[in-house]
Amino acid sequence: MTARDTFAAVVGFVTLGLLLALIWVRLAAPDVALTEAAIGSGVTGGLLVGASARLRRAEAPTAAEKPGIPLQLMAVALCILVTVGLAAIVLLLPEPAPTLAPQAAANLAATGLGNPVTAVLMAYRAIDTLLETVVLLLALVGIWSLAPDGVWGGFPGPLHHVDRNGVLPFLAQLLVPVGILVGIYIFWVGSVAPGGEFQGATILAAMWILAMMAGLVDAPAVGRRWLRLVLVAGPAVFLAIGLAGFAIAGAFLAYPESHAKLLILTIEVPVKVVPIWRSKFPALADSEKWMPSTSLIHISSVASRPSPKMVSARLGGSVNSIVL
Amino acid sequence: MSLASDVLTVLAVCAGAFFFLAGTVGLLRFPDALSRLHALTKADNLGLGLIVLGLLFHVGGPLAALKLISVWFLTLLAGAAVTQLIARTARTGGTPE
Repeated sequence: MTARDTFAAVVGFVTLGLLLALIWVRLAAPDVALTEAAIGSGVTGGLLVGASARLRRAEAPTAAEKPGIPLQLMAVALCILVTVGLAAIVLLLPEPAPTLAPQAAANLAATGLGNPVTAVLMAYRAIDTLLETVVLLLALVGIWSLAPDGVWGGFPGPLHHVDRNGVLPFLAQLLVPVGILVGIYIFWVGSVAPGGEFQGATILAAMWILAMMAGLVDAPAVGRRWLRLVLVAGPAVFLAIGLAGFAIAGAFLAYPESHAKLLILTIEVPVKVVPIWRSKFPALADSEKWMPSTSLIHISSVASRPSPKMVSARLGGSVNSIVL
Repeated sequence: MSLASDVLTVLAVCAGAFFFLAGTVGLLRFPDALSRLHALTKADNLGLGLIVLGLLFHVGGPLAALKLISVWFLTLLAGAAVTQLIARTARTGGTPE
């Protein structure tokens, strides 16, 4: 592989993600399409571009090495195994495919929400989402702990130089206000229509990254107390409302019917802060010491968050077989 | 009236598709980064603009029309800015200014 090949592969990956998003729209799963475009293609693509730039130096020696016959055979076998496995899963699905979509739709009124995907994430499977926010926080602590001692508590990555007459600050000044509006709208509308905290938070995070790349704002230092309080607020509010469920509705994470929507929105606001903060970490790509580990953790954390996709696919009915 | 708007839509969308095709051919065939960018701008600006224009005849109301036009403007803004960045990087030989 040459450097050009790696970069071309990343471009191909981003294009594939955008095409997949179009397919999701055609399958009437706009939630999945939004997530695929924003996280699958956008954020992951950005990380991979950074990774391919970092790998460029090591690429020429690697290209000179030829893999041995056993390695090639193992690669072929693995490819065949994955293909056969996927084909078997798709072909051997029971007909009709098992689905909880009717029940989810039938009980939608009790949640006060109009969007079944948000209802699954924030009401039916609230404990999954709660644990997910805690996992995100743990991953963030893990990334922070990789910082060299000298810069502990400081800025995550080098400060960007600002060129007041440059193209990027101009774009950031015009686009960021629009993007913030769109992000908040997508978050707000998520309770009744496709959208929600995951997609909205990704857009807001992208706007913050743009503003930081343009040098208009800097990431807050890791040691700031307010930053830590805000990050902990998400899971803490979620937990507090969950515990309050014992008193009000008789079970952990049970919402009283009359206030379900208000409570769910209250949970979503702080919860989305963590994904925003986390996804700004691509800015670390410039930092020599941090990059390899942080980007790997980041990719894995992005990849291991299939909730909106999976849920929406489960509810989509027609798209059931594709993801499951 | 409906026939006239249909004809206008088909004409504008076809013209837009032609610019996209021309831009893609340019992207694949032109020799260097700057001329490839030059080809792409035709697809983004004119091609998308013509397609949006064609669709405007068939939208439900002024709000939907405004959304379509906003999409075009945002693409123009992002496209112009990113093209500038890529072109500057290409001119300085691969290192961002």
